[in-house]
Amino acid sequence: MAGAHVHALYRHGDSLLHGLPPHTKIVAAFAFVLAVVATPRTAWWAFAAHAAVLISLVAVARLGWRFVASRMAVEIPFVLVALTLPFFGGGETRELLGVQVSVEGLWDMWNIVAKATLGLLTSIVLAATTPIPELLRGLGTLRVPRVITAIAGFMVRYLDVVLGEFRRMSIAMRSRGHDPSWIGQIKPFGRGIGRLFVRSYERGERVYLAMASRGFTGTMPAAASDQAGAATWAAVLAIPAGAWVVTLAALGTL
Amino acid sequence: MSTPTIAVEALSYSYPDGTAALADVDLHIHPGERVALLGPNGAGKTTLVLHMNGIHMPQDGSVTVSGLRLAADTVMEIRRRVGVVFQDPDDQLFMPTVWEDVAFGPQNLGLAGDAVHRRVAAALAAVGMDAAAQRPPNHLSYGQKRRVAIAGVLAMRPEILVLDEPTSNLDPASRRELTSILARLDMTQLIVTHDLPYALELCPRAIVIDEGRIVADAPTGELLADEELMAAHRLELPFGFQLRS
Repeated sequence: MAGAHVHALYRHGDSLLHGLPPHTKIVAAFAFVLAVVATPRTAWWAFAAHAAVLISLVAVARLGWRFVASRMAVEIPFVLVALTLPFFGGGETRELLGVQVSVEGLWDMWNIVAKATLGLLTSIVLAATTPIPELLRGLGTLRVPRVITAIAGFMVRYLDVVLGEFRRMSIAMRSRGHDPSWIGQIKPFGRGIGRLFVRSYERGERVYLAMASRGFTGTMPAAASDQAGAATWAAVLAIPAGAWVVTLAALGTL
Repeated sequence: MSTPTIAVEALSYSYPDGTAALADVDLHIHPGERVALLGPNGAGKTTLVLHMNGIHMPQDGSVTVSGLRLAADTVMEIRRRVGVVFQDPDDQLFMPTVWEDVAFGPQNLGLAGDAVHRRVAAALAAVGMDAAAQRPPNHLSYGQKRRVAIAGVLAMRPEILVLDEPTSNLDPASRRELTSILARLDMTQLIVTHDLPYALELCPRAIVIDEGRIVADAPTGELLADEELMAAHRLELPFGFQLRS
């Protein structure tokens, strides 16, 4: 089922985290990431504290480590790039496993890998406990312009449809002897992609007709919004607030 | 006779490249009727439908819906009165959840709050999809998507429901479910199809269009029995299908 692809980000459950109003989770996740980014790179203990918070959130939401690890895989290309930094950085060098590496580059690598990993883990926790329609509603509640949330909604809605078309086209091509692994056959593949673009464009027109037929005049209807009481806000924001205390302490001790 | 729900008079339409799509079409549909619009591919069926809710404006002739003539200043009211269900439900279900999709039309009509909730609940109940309200459309089966697309149009409380090829890509069970839903809806319906048994089952009256002209308008059973007419307009009953006289 094509649907599995997009919504693989979400992990169905009924934990405390799943039940929170989506906009409070978005604000908390954003504030938490800012705290991570502001953490000085030499403050090992502060990164450990941030990581401990995220790990306990993953446990509370019962996301499962295998699931989290598979979602983390998206980070691998960035980590590979970061791994080259110690070899190209300038300044003071030292020997590590028989190779001269830049100390500055090592710190850069650590800084990128630690912050990217923690930031990614934060967004995994958010996305895994909040279905996409709720995320969009949460953004709307936070006064993100309706046109932006509408575009994001259309993207999510039609990604599946376009991927489905791509899959069917690819099966049709392979059924008639196309071998996508052979570079000489890149041309029909490129044509196929072009056709997919034209088809998607035509679908866009049909979707617009269907919208106009139901009274669309250029303004999307307002999306529903959520309410969160002071107690909920306080509870949710306690997590990034704690992270900021750690970050500020780390900045103060330098 | 009563004011027709749809009155098409001397309607002609050519595409920008000059190809004539509709030529001098006259058509009346009265309240409570369920009419089939039949014709081969490329006959002008969809073009005619797009005139009925003002997506295309008449170049010649007129379209009148319950006494209101289609013009630039009446097009929004015409679109509320004429509910079109398009062929591919993926084109029609564009909101993140079923509920939001069905609410799209009523919200465009300026409704809010309880009024929207009542309409969405009633429309989803009419097609038997109330349980799916919070699901994203891409998690539904094709037959379910079709039913939600119909609910989205019903929520506008139209005076006539126009369905473009409602049975295409449906398995027999979904097709049967759709039949009972449409038969239960107490409203004027125009069903555009080349599924002739379906037209016979649901619609007492049928209209045949070919090359942009109306070539027949008669009780469906009589029309399907006219072998000469059928052959002349590329209409064929499925293999093994027998009309009971």
